[in-house]
Amino acid sequence: MDVELVNIYKTFGRVHANDGISLKVKSGTIQGILGENGAGKSTLMKILSGFIQADSGDILLDGSKVVIQSPADSVKLGIGMLHQDPQDFPPMKVIDNLIIGSPVGLFPNRKKIIKQFEELQKQFNFAISPDTYVDTLTVGERQQLEILRLLWLGAEVLILDEPTTGISASQKALLFETIRKLAAQGKAILFVSHKLDEIETLCSQVAVFRQGKNVGSMVPPYSTEHLVEMMFGKTIARSEKTCDTQDQINFEIDKLKIDDRRLVIKDVSFQIRRGEVIGLAGMEGSGQAMILRALAGIIRPTGGHIYMMDGKPDGRVDLAGKHYFQFRNLGISFLPAARLEEGLVQGLSLAEHFALAEKQEGFLIDREEVEKLSQQRISDFNIRGTPESRIEELSGGNQQRAELALMRNPLRLLLLEHPTRGLDIESSMYIWTKLKQRCAEGASILFISSDLDEVVHYSDRILVFFGGRVSPAFDASLVTIDQLGQLIGGKGWS
Amino acid sequence: MDSNLLASFGSVFAWAGPVVFAVMGETLTEKAGVINLSLNGSIILSAMVGFAAATTTGSFFWGFVGGAAASALVAFIIAFMSIGLKQSQVAVGYVLTLATKSLAYFLGAPFIGKPVMQLPLVSIPFLDNLPYVGPVLFNKTLLTYLSYLLIIVCYIYMFKTSKGLILQGIGEQPAASFVRGANVNRLRYLYTILGGALVGVGGALYSLSVKTWNGQLTGIDGIGWIALAITIFGGWHPIRGAIGAYFFVFLQWLGIALQPLLPNVNSRIFQVAPFPLMILALLFVNIGNADWVDRTLAGLPEDARKIISRLIRGMRTRGPAALGTPFENE
Repeated sequence: MDVELVNIYKTFGRVHANDGISLKVKSGTIQGILGENGAGKSTLMKILSGFIQADSGDILLDGSKVVIQSPADSVKLGIGMLHQDPQDFPPMKVIDNLIIGSPVGLFPNRKKIIKQFEELQKQFNFAISPDTYVDTLTVGERQQLEILRLLWLGAEVLILDEPTTGISASQKALLFETIRKLAAQGKAILFVSHKLDEIETLCSQVAVFRQGKNVGSMVPPYSTEHLVEMMFGKTIARSEKTCDTQDQINFEIDKLKIDDRRLVIKDVSFQIRRGEVIGLAGMEGSGQAMILRALAGIIRPTGGHIYMMDGKPDGRVDLAGKHYFQFRNLGISFLPAARLEEGLVQGLSLAEHFALAEKQEGFLIDREEVEKLSQQRISDFNIRGTPESRIEELSGGNQQRAELALMRNPLRLLLLEHPTRGLDIESSMYIWTKLKQRCAEGASILFISSDLDEVVHYSDRILVFFGGRVSPAFDASLVTIDQLGQLIGGKGWS
Repeated sequence: MDSNLLASFGSVFAWAGPVVFAVMGETLTEKAGVINLSLNGSIILSAMVGFAAATTTGSFFWGFVGGAAASALVAFIIAFMSIGLKQSQVAVGYVLTLATKSLAYFLGAPFIGKPVMQLPLVSIPFLDNLPYVGPVLFNKTLLTYLSYLLIIVCYIYMFKTSKGLILQGIGEQPAASFVRGANVNRLRYLYTILGGALVGVGGALYSLSVKTWNGQLTGIDGIGWIALAITIFGGWHPIRGAIGAYFFVFLQWLGIALQPLLPNVNSRIFQVAPFPLMILALLFVNIGNADWVDRTLAGLPEDARKIISRLIRGMRTRGPAALGTPFENE
């Protein structure tokens, strides 16, 4: 089915999410939709799938105008959307997830539906048992289930919104294979992403969105440089790699042992020098997050020492077992991955956050002082928002900047979990510029990232984690992504 | 067994009718993601309205319609406040509990002392001759039979039909249900009002078969709270909820049956004991939700641990994930 969106407008408050976007997708093509966070990609897709309604504009299917008021309408017309967050029912069975909302009559014939489901998933080499519960599936499998469901309902147009977030490499390969098969069957595929390499390997054409507008399109062979220029309005190259490592040792970790119910990490010893950036690589749950939290004073190690050097010869303080507040007062700062859940307070404004983070003097908040401070920080950290904006109204990138702006001075050690996850290239580069400033001032950084490129580019040294084991520190300039990948996958450990 | 005792034991199923209706109604409502906390007041109000309507019209039918309508109206107010106006369901429900209770005693005063109407017993041919089971289960009012049927219908509807899956869906993940084409808020209105109407039938059943409306709190006050607790600890499951309802009424009956045998014990104890006993039983059923249980069990021999932990896991329950939270698409 051919899809055409004509002059779609949609505003949220004062934000023009879609500012007159038009887009044409022929059946059998994989249409890439590229753009940074907040460019209007998801909004347009939600309009096409009926989740929200456009303020104005037309939707044409096979050349005739249609009205889509709700997801029910779009499903009937053959449009299916795979949402970024799985829209399914975790405590229910796979088969029930398939049935919910489908026109199968009052008493669904489960046997027949299971047979159809099995036949459908054979086509794509999926292997999901219809009787398992969805909360036991991986994100990739839940995605497969959702794709199957949409196909089972007869979708001719398939929208995939950032489908590669949170799935494994093999699942990604299977997903891409599936998408190609579907396109070959004549389905129209809309593939939304902000990842250039995915768009370039998969899509038969790409449209680039910027600030709510469709700013251009391209067909293979793609020019990455040109795409980036369209996305951001200018070319961006990663900043030169700089090393601020000083000789002075900042922290010494000695035979640290941490016990979790699931995982035991022991005999971890390494030194952290001033100004140094150490990247922690590994599959999620291999122990990196535990080390970071132990160094932040949030979980208590069961053995070993965390020495902080205080400058005098032989003078060191053991922090292991001390209270989190003490860690904090010594200039150790932790930025968790779950920004809204662990790092920031939903419902409070930016100004209130700044007031909270400062040392309290007196009983009442000095509104004027806080206002001044907030304005200062907002411009220093280039946050798009006002002191009165509530934190959850900000985009992910701006929330991350706010977290950075909340850190106190002086800093000795900065512990970061996925500092740029979900952020576009421009935002993440900005974050790193700010972080490197801290290094130049003598602070050390330890960070976790699943983006190996980021780990190699920004670290001075790298520690690899696998199942609770920790590698010796590698010099980042001497290691390749391939070598790291093998270690992360459990190969090459003695 | 003594036939008198048997007949007396049979009254458990008759008395339990109102509780069963209330639990089924609340289960439907909460499955959809809405808490109707007003149960205790709604039941009293509909008991009063049901009695008043029946004695005024002389018809049981209008009695039940009146009771259902009164409670459905309360449920509609809760739905409108929480879905339409996005107010706290707990606060609205609690205020309505108090308001409806007072309203019932205020409006019900003129009907105290009116001629009692008692639903007639209907024996089911053949079944009522079955030994033991016959007199216990099948010599009851029509509404009692309806309460049996309701449990089964609720169970089949929730777990075997496509509409029931959507009902579970809107209480679990309203956004995902919306994506699948469900009109979440309209369905929530529907199930809240339907659930309320069932609660109302329960209230009317109380005053028209268990104990007549006499303007006093004895007997009926507290049933609503217990029904709420049974709904939650029954894991939002009709069969488990029904078992809970029968167990509670059984405890009440036990108190009455034991009283003559233990003349030295204060009779109030028999009246009050079912409530704490019920709560204890419900807590025990859900003991698997606590972490320390796993740790304690770890010390047992392997076989015993396996059996006990499987038993506990089987009893464990989880509420609808979106219970009590409003839904907005964006």
